[in-house]
Amino acid sequence: MQFVNGLTILLFYQLIGEISVRWLGLPVPGPVLGMIMLFITLLIKGSISKSLEGASTTLLSHLSLLFIPAGVGMMVHVERIANEWLSISIALLLSTAITLIFSALVMLFMSKLMTGKENSNG
Amino acid sequence: MGNNDLNAIWIYLSASPLAGLTITLMAYVAAQNLYQKFNHNPLLHPVVIAAGMLIGFLHLTNTPYADYFKGGQYVHFLLGPATVALAIPMYQQLSKIKKMWLPISVALISGVCVAAISSITIAQFLGATVETQLSLAPKSVTAPVAMAISEQIGGLPSLTAVLVVVTGILGAIFGTKILSLINIKDDSIKGIAMGITAHGIGTARAFQVSSEMGAFSGLAMAMATFTTAFILPYLVRWLGM
Repeated sequence: MQFVNGLTILLFYQLIGEISVRWLGLPVPGPVLGMIMLFITLLIKGSISKSLEGASTTLLSHLSLLFIPAGVGMMVHVERIANEWLSISIALLLSTAITLIFSALVMLFMSKLMTGKENSNG
Repeated sequence: MGNNDLNAIWIYLSASPLAGLTITLMAYVAAQNLYQKFNHNPLLHPVVIAAGMLIGFLHLTNTPYADYFKGGQYVHFLLGPATVALAIPMYQQLSKIKKMWLPISVALISGVCVAAISSITIAQFLGATVETQLSLAPKSVTAPVAMAISEQIGGLPSLTAVLVVVTGILGAIFGTKILSLINIKDDSIKGIAMGITAHGIGTARAFQVSSEMGAFSGLAMAMATFTTAFILPYLVRWLGM
């Protein structure tokens, strides 16, 4: 029953998210708005119920299962991937490396800036 | 006679979601076992292995993707509640977010933009089609959200799902090496960079390095999810696509 309670809460927030996105014409996917709303609810409530924690842990620990039907969808794009495999692979490789290095350096710079300020303040 | 029986069974199976759903779960269980046997080697990521097996099977049996998806959609549907569920690990990291919110926010917003702009411009430069460029743009966020964003900006959600998984695997294989090459020693910084770049697959890798790197990677992944969802539609418009 606990799992059903938790899943119901998740689906309820997804539903509210989907409705709000359509109603307000927001450029965000419904489940993302649902996630933000749930996060805000948790901030206000100050705790997570056992059933909600259980259901989300179960879902998130099998996250890779949920990607599989979409991954199989690759067979629909065989032709596109065959035609553009070189540009796709280079874009993926370079962009992944650039993003990784860039974010790490920004984090390093910003943390140094913050600790530097703290030190000069006393 | 035998052939007729087989035909009747086949007609039943292709009209019902049962077969598609069952083979999805079977492929997942088999891929998961293989993955565990080889110590979570990122090259054997369960999504790649399971999807590969299923594609092979569907090809052999001449089954179109639409027939398979009649069953697959029940698994696919759970991506929605799973996205909502990301609020929970984020809430659990609240004290860390409060302490480092400024560096994390700056790295997140700029990192998310760099991920999208670099993939779009590199693909564009190399002559990829517009749909492919748009499908590449959300490749650094977790698949359910990336697919929703892709659909919204005019990409192909199922192609995006594949690109997301490949990005995660690239991050998991090369991520820690690249970060030590540029001399990053702090596990919290490594974790943030990994989570922004390589979502859940990178986070799983980060947890193997240290629990601190894993926690920060999970945090960055969850926050990059909605940062990207908010920024990307505007960014794409700004790039004139």
